[in-house]
Amino acid sequence: MRQHSIAYRFILLGFACLLLSVSFGLTASLQYLFPHFLNEQFSFRNTRPIHVFLAVSWIFACVIGIIYKYIPDVAGRALYSGKLARVHFALQTLTIFIAVSGFCMGYFSGREYLEFPPWVSSLIIVYWLLFAINFLMTIRPKLASAPVYIWSWCTGLLFFFITIIEAHLWLLPYFNDNIIRDLTVQWKANGSMVGAWNMLIYGTAMYAMEQITGDKKMGHQKISFAFYFLGLTNLMFNWGHHTYIVPANPIVKQVAYIISMTELVLLANILWQWKISYKKSGNTSYPLAYRFFKVADTWILLNLILAIAISVPYINQYTHGTQITVAHAMGATIGINTMLLLASVTFIFEEQLHDAAKKSIGIGLTVMHYSLLIFWVSLLGAGITRAIALYEGNYFAQVSRKIMPYLVGFSASGVVLVVGICLIAFSFIKTISEKQLED
Amino acid sequence: MKKIAVIISLLSFYAGYSSWVYTYGTSCSIAMTEEAKQGKLLWQINNCQSCHQLYGLGGYMGPDLTLVTTTKRGGEKYTRGMLLNGGARMPNFHFTGGEADAIIAYLSYVGNTAITITK
Ligand code: HEC
Ligand code: HEM
Repeated sequence: MRQHSIAYRFILLGFACLLLSVSFGLTASLQYLFPHFLNEQFSFRNTRPIHVFLAVSWIFACVIGIIYKYIPDVAGRALYSGKLARVHFALQTLTIFIAVSGFCMGYFSGREYLEFPPWVSSLIIVYWLLFAINFLMTIRPKLASAPVYIWSWCTGLLFFFITIIEAHLWLLPYFNDNIIRDLTVQWKANGSMVGAWNMLIYGTAMYAMEQITGDKKMGHQKISFAFYFLGLTNLMFNWGHHTYIVPANPIVKQVAYIISMTELVLLANILWQWKISYKKSGNTSYPLAYRFFKVADTWILLNLILAIAISVPYINQYTHGTQITVAHAMGATIGINTMLLLASVTFIFEEQLHDAAKKSIGIGLTVMHYSLLIFWVSLLGAGITRAIALYEGNYFAQVSRKIMPYLVGFSASGVVLVVGICLIAFSFIKTISEKQLED
Repeated sequence: MKKIAVIISLLSFYAGYSSWVYTYGTSCSIAMTEEAKQGKLLWQINNCQSCHQLYGLGGYMGPDLTLVTTTKRGGEKYTRGMLLNGGARMPNFHFTGGEADAIIAYLSYVGNTAITITK
């Protein structure tokens, strides 16, 4: 059991980031409603990056923890080095602390999503190297015969390194002094980095499904690999849908349009197949984890419809630069990423959860799902209203007034969403802490 | 073995496409002046993109600024006023006149890339 304690620590770190992130998200949403709320000392330019950075930190810390938990089981041998993993943990925690303190004090690089000063990235690269060493030395992957989730994890790792380096090309004047190149490459890197974390998450989701259903063939099936390769193609080439209106060569747009939006179909299909085989196997020892997968399934479909719509250049022309993009981003990171991560965490701890914890996690999930629905629809409403108001030639102050009712709905449902997240997070934090004490 | 072949082909395409994107795919005929470069730095260290978008990219609390200095509705004078005084939600950054000029030079450069290319 002790060998898993490092994995549990990462999951706890993830939950801490999640709870902090939603607190700052709420503060940021209040700043929409109350213009003077902390406007000089701690404005939206502080709260937004802290919220987004911590949300991404939640995703990475949790998926890394889950992978640390799974790899000894997958490989059938102990983790290569517990010491390395502990150094990794310390460095990652320190980096999060440094970046957030920097944001509080106003140190920015002004790059979307990687808004901390560039030197912080060198720490990030170092701890990812430690993670990669531990991963590769434990798994020792033989790709030709490896199941698809190992491919997925290896791809996520490789592309994390590629994209974090690419995201810093702006430090060279050749990239920085040409806004078209700078914006295009920045969003190429960001888009593919999201693809990289999706690879890590989908890998863990597929492994959990295989365990739950007991269907060991799944990870080796041709169809799973076909989907994996389509996902990879998306990761590499679909990022251009972020930059449709940036006047780069039109080919960038065409490539993105063609490739876009197949990735979610892929996962929906995989989950669908899993559900069928789950029904067949009649296995019900993980009912709670199964519910998380089912909710993720719904969000995959909702986001798929939205994503396809806003990837059509004609529609994108109006929706781009509005809260519709926020609906897409948070719909995916909460509805899909967070649900799949929570599904895996539930799978890991389901057998140890007390009845009371199971109950509050179940309630938390229901609360999260329905409040997210209102949250998402409010953002869509704000975005559509903003798009129409701008199209009609309104001044920005008028636009802001018109979207206000939707933003009230957004903040209010955000509060409920946070309640749901707290119910789940605190139940797991309690269970994991007790388990750590036992071990 | 087939899988290895597929992954190698994909990675090669990716490398080729990336190189093209880094060069011909994103060439731009308008050069950034030294003053505009200064303005870009100010834009970044003050994290303007957390509230504003350029080409629709950034945070959404404030308006898109791609064309703010180059269209009738905005213009340089209006932009300077906003930079020196702040607004209802827009913080006052207490910029000096020179800093405001640099940011305006940068925003004008961005606006020109949009106007010339989309025409
Ligand atoms: C906390 C969010 C925030 C930050 C940070 C911010 N702005 Fe603003 N800005 C706004 C808002 C909101 C408006 C719309 C007017 C208002 O409500 O104050 C605005 C308006 C403007 C305008 C006028 C645009 C128009 O069309 O009316 C300019 C120019 C501008 N900002 C430039 C900047 C620059 C340059 C920076 C970085 C140094 C910056 N802003 C940072 C929120 C912000
Ligand atoms: C699991 C929980 C959450 C995750 C993973 C998450 C993730 C994100 C991401 C990725 C963005 C960037 C969006 C973009 O650039 O388009 C974002 C923006 C934002 N989020 Fe969240 N979020 C979460 C919960 C919340 C909650 C509960 C609130 C509170 C109401 C909130 C408020 C905001 C606000 C105000 C923004 C900025 C939008 C803008 O730029 O106008 N988030 N979030």
